[in-house]
Amino acid sequence: MGPLSLRPKARPADRPADVDQELDLPASPALWCSGLAKRYGKRTAVDGVSFTVGRGEVVGLLGPNGAGKTSVIKMLLGLVSPDAGDVLLLGEPADHPRARARVGYLPELFRYQPWLTAEEVLDLHVRLSGAHVPAARRRECLAWVGLSDRSSGRVGSFSKGMQQRLGLAVALVADPELVVLDEPTSALDPVGRADVRDILVALKERGVAVLLNSHLLGEVERVCDRAVILDRGRVAAHGTLTELLGGHRVHLHLDDVGPDALRRLAAAGRVEHENGSFTVTLADEGDLAAVPQLVSDLVTLGVRVHAVEPRRMSLEDRLLGILRTGREGAQR
Amino acid sequence: MTPRIVLTVAALTIREASRRRVLRALLGLTVVLLGITAFGFSRIDAEFSGLTTGEAMLASSVVLNLVMFGLSLIAALGTAFLAGPTLAGEIESGMALSILARPVRRSDVLVGKWLGLAAFGSGFVTLAGLAHLLVVLATVGYWPPNAAAGLALLAAQTTVLLTLALLLSTVISPMASGMVAVGIFGATWVAGVVATIADMLQNDALARVGTVSRIVLPTDGLWRGAMNAFQDPGLLGRAADAMVGHPFLSQAPLTPAYLTWVVAWMVLMLALAATIFRRRDV
Ligand SMILES: Nc1ncnc2c1ncn2[C@@H]1O[C@H](COP(=O)(O)OP(=O)(O)OP(=O)(O)O)[C@@H](O)[C@H]1O
Ligand SMILES: [Mg+2]
Repeated sequence: MGPLSLRPKARPADRPADVDQELDLPASPALWCSGLAKRYGKRTAVDGVSFTVGRGEVVGLLGPNGAGKTSVIKMLLGLVSPDAGDVLLLGEPADHPRARARVGYLPELFRYQPWLTAEEVLDLHVRLSGAHVPAARRRECLAWVGLSDRSSGRVGSFSKGMQQRLGLAVALVADPELVVLDEPTSALDPVGRADVRDILVALKERGVAVLLNSHLLGEVERVCDRAVILDRGRVAAHGTLTELLGGHRVHLHLDDVGPDALRRLAAAGRVEHENGSFTVTLADEGDLAAVPQLVSDLVTLGVRVHAVEPRRMSLEDRLLGILRTGREGAQR
Repeated sequence: MTPRIVLTVAALTIREASRRRVLRALLGLTVVLLGITAFGFSRIDAEFSGLTTGEAMLASSVVLNLVMFGLSLIAALGTAFLAGPTLAGEIESGMALSILARPVRRSDVLVGKWLGLAAFGSGFVTLAGLAHLLVVLATVGYWPPNAAAGLALLAAQTTVLLTLALLLSTVISPMASGMVAVGIFGATWVAGVVATIADMLQNDALARVGTVSRIVLPTDGLWRGAMNAFQDPGLLGRAADAMVGHPFLSQAPLTPAYLTWVVAWMVLMLALAATIFRRRDV
């Protein structure tokens, strides 16, 4: 599925139709915040942060330790009161509890009542959310995070990773339209991380919006449509991954490039060339599938193809670049 | 106020209290206290069988109030240590995060906690107190004139103390709030005793200390009302002079005005706690 499509592919049977209608409207984004600021004593933790998460969009919230990601998330959810700024959750002002009715949250510091069983924790959250979730769906939710065989075990006896899985189930159980995950894989094994990736993809397919804070950039790169990069309490950069990473590029070593071949290259994307070395930034974002056709067309046009090298800047390189530039700018 | 949230949180709180070790500790202490009561009263029965009923009655009343004081102390400690860590502890551990991120008003969560703790504390005090009264009835055949009112006042005393502990837990750390609540509780009890002695010595300034402390924290006032309900009504008439200033006998029942103040006090404290809790970052 294309990263830009906001519509859910298939509507789950239990989701009311009006939700889909809502998604059809350009209406309210899943999350909107503007000018958020927070000071703890003399330290400014967050300073004028604004961004939006569209309906059904998966947005990464990135940044180094202490950048203010968790503080922003807590302000979005009304856990910490902002010194300035406004928040709308699913179109409702966040200072009203009702705004959080369809919002799921996995805190960075995940801890659940140790004297309850996993099932009871989910029951509690369903009741607090006011949603109607049949028992079968709750069990499904536990199975989804890989806890079905421990559903009647006391949370106090869970390992750390199991507690984080339970936290994911809690975030997902009450039919959310927006899910906020603060480092959802910090305690998970590689299998668990893959599970979370699958869950994120499934959420995206259902049209659930996700705000994901993670230090695992590979993960973010694979599932997120857009990213907001925070540094020292400010938004250092934001945009779609293509905007941030500059899209997919192909390096080509070519000989005998005629005007027709040049035109064919230009049709594929933005072209820079120097001697026989061509770099095409693919217009059709995110897709390398167009490359074989391009090569075969070039061959047909009489071009001699020496090498084809698809390339993409990694999010990690880009993030480090943004942060370094920011630091240098601040020092000057 | 959303009843669904309040009741859900109250039920959760009761479940927590009944599943954690606090309940077992409370039950253990109560059983020990019941044993002491049974032993003490059987001794009174043996010693006083030759004496006048007046003396036996006096001894029974004093010992019963002493035992009830022990019980109220157990209940106070138990609930203060349940209520103290509740909000502060949940915020510290992170347990509050996922709850408060739900579509809930913080005041509803607070009232739910209070309701659950009050139900648990009152239930415990009423049942354990009743067990003690039955033991006394079985051993010496004494049944207090106003058992129901006495138990209700003990329950109210417990509720007042846990309200204070809950308020403290919105501002200070988990263990400290329980400890401070029990400390204040002890201080007002001492102030109450001092004031009754001051009454006897007709020292007005000192007596005012007791009055003020009974208004600031109504536990001691309620406790005195409960004692009055448990002791034999003829007692004070017969031996009035000797009884003035006795820490385990009480001169007068509670006035409706004081009971109204107790209710107002709880509402005020809860409102204050809700205001603080609403502004708190978690
Ligand atoms: N309760 C608090 N009291 C005082 N300072 C705080 C508090 N919470 C956060 N801060 C400060 O705010 C800043 C941002 O913290 P925050 O937890 O939002 O960072 P983060 O981006 O989530 O970092 P990490 O990646 O390590 O989780 C830090 O400088 C931190 O010291
Ligand atoms: Mg964080």
